[in-house]
Amino acid sequence: MQAALFYIFAALALVCGFLVVANPFSRNPVTSAMCLVLTLVWLAGLFVLLEAFFLGAVQILIYAGAVMVLFLFVIMLLDLRAEERRRLKRLGLVGGGLVAAALAVLLRGVIHEAAPAAAAPPAVEGTTEALGRLLFTRYLLPFEAVSVLLLVAMVGVVLLSKKELK
Amino acid sequence: MDWLNQLNPTQQFVIFSAVKALVAVVVLLSIVAYTVLAERKICAAIQDRIGPNRAGPWGLLQPAADAIKAFLKEDFIPAHVRKVYFWLAPALAMTPALLTIAVIPFGSQLGAQKMVIADLNVGVLYTFGIVSLGVYGIVLAGYAANSKYPFLGGIRASAQMISYEIAMGLSVIPVFLLVGSLNLSRVIEYQAGGLFDWLVFKQPLAFAIFVAAAFAETNRLPFDLPEAEQELAGGYNVEYSAIKFAMFFLGEYANMVAASALMVTLFLGGWTLPWAGLNQPAATLAGGLAHVGIFLAKVLGVLVVFIWVRWMWPRFRYDQLMDLGWKRLLPLALANVLFTATFLWARA
Amino acid sequence: MDAQLAQYIPVLILLVLAGAVSGGMLLLAHWLGKAGRRTAAKDMAYECGMVPVGGGSTRLAVKFYLVAMLFILFDIEVVFLYPWAVVFRELLREAATANLIFWAMVSFLGVLFAGYLYAWRKGALDWHEPRRAGSPAAPNRSR
Repeated sequence: MQAALFYIFAALALVCGFLVVANPFSRNPVTSAMCLVLTLVWLAGLFVLLEAFFLGAVQILIYAGAVMVLFLFVIMLLDLRAEERRRLKRLGLVGGGLVAAALAVLLRGVIHEAAPAAAAPPAVEGTTEALGRLLFTRYLLPFEAVSVLLLVAMVGVVLLSKKELK
Repeated sequence: MDWLNQLNPTQQFVIFSAVKALVAVVVLLSIVAYTVLAERKICAAIQDRIGPNRAGPWGLLQPAADAIKAFLKEDFIPAHVRKVYFWLAPALAMTPALLTIAVIPFGSQLGAQKMVIADLNVGVLYTFGIVSLGVYGIVLAGYAANSKYPFLGGIRASAQMISYEIAMGLSVIPVFLLVGSLNLSRVIEYQAGGLFDWLVFKQPLAFAIFVAAAFAETNRLPFDLPEAEQELAGGYNVEYSAIKFAMFFLGEYANMVAASALMVTLFLGGWTLPWAGLNQPAATLAGGLAHVGIFLAKVLGVLVVFIWVRWMWPRFRYDQLMDLGWKRLLPLALANVLFTATFLWARA
Repeated sequence: MDAQLAQYIPVLILLVLAGAVSGGMLLLAHWLGKAGRRTAAKDMAYECGMVPVGGGSTRLAVKFYLVAMLFILFDIEVVFLYPWAVVFRELLREAATANLIFWAMVSFLGVLFAGYLYAWRKGALDWHEPRRAGSPAAPNRSR
């Protein structure tokens, strides 16, 4: 059951991911964005199958529900028609294919080396409680660093979007 | 029921879950249908009119008449719209609304079955995740219509919804500080002790912020800017007709029901009542049914408040709405979190 | 199968059910609905009877992006609060972590509140542009 669901979610994520970058039916950026939303939703399904329940929920809440809304806003500001007219360039296709192939070779090597003998049980429980315990004891410093990172991002957002500051 | 006992536990679990999900969806849609009628009746009473009274006694068959009309009307697709999204948007507006109810316990037990579709430990995070996906139905409706009013309505609606999502998410943190679990069944257990264990009395500020945010999330007056008939002629659904229009309507009301159910669960004690032993999981079938009844009665009570507010209050201006969300509710919710945490810390 | 993982099966069932209800309604109305005549006026975008001028999508104010970006940042902040809230009371009971868990979040929120105040002071949370002297919107009092 779990294995079957894994293959279904993984296949759907791959198909949707492919449609994001190279949709043969439509060159509409909104369609690409919506396919990316679907990809993220299926990835959340994969997280849940890994028993990372908190991550699964957050994946939907932050990525599918927040980041992609910004993407849609940005797409709607830009001139959609120009993007729709753009055709795939042969050089880009070949280059992209080469990079993808190289990445596949690299990944295969890594996976081959690190292949675990049997499916190991997850090192950390994926529940919110277990995650919270770990985050606020062992990974406290990275957590505090996140606040600084978010602060920097906030300042950047304000500076970038306000032409005339008070 | 012999065949049921012969199945293995997994198959039984799947069958029971499917039955619960089906019943929940049917009940939700019926509540939605009659909330629309209640809205029209209450609005009529407030405005000193009679309201719908032709279809059946007291207009009770009005929802059925409306449904038949919606299905039989011309399903018109104007030439200027983006067709794929024009079809997709109503479905995307309605599906998340139906999904949000999955984690809400609508009763204690019937026999051995817990009365919740999915007893998830991430509980409320699941609900907020699905709610955040609800934005797409509206923003895509505006985009699909390829016309100015719907486009403005859709963008306005999404900006409003994301702004109040933060206030909503922050407002319930004190609740989980007290309960110590995101699972909604545990939240109800926490409130089972007595009337003053209900979180509305322990966290009145959190409740107030949550109610305001829920009104904004469901695009209800005083926050119905996306529709704002006088300025946007109806907003994101202007170009829609027949069932596609009705689906936005149904989605909005289903969201309202889900928000009420969440309010009841988080703050108003869920299916419990502090009297006559109704705060413990039911041992008998009658007790189980009583709990479902209590839950539904509370939800209907909150729904009436939703409707009442709509016909009593004027609409905010858009800048007032954004100010309220970002400059008032957000710091208030944050202060409430810190206050609750400090209180618990000082006591420990 | 893990007990908690099994609880996601009903979610999947509900997803299929909700999709079937929405899709079914769309298709049913498509088949049952009366087909009318297509006229030029009916195909026109609805603008309260005015003949539409220009395309359907107007350009957006940059404020909407600002709101969306700030929303992402605050959403991330809120998400960090959930695991904290869940373990807070538990860790308060242990002497070793009681102060740690409290001050950890106070400092986290403190840093982010500084960012919030900065955004407020810079007017990023204002929906209306402040009117400046000399801009056409400002009333000219010198005359």
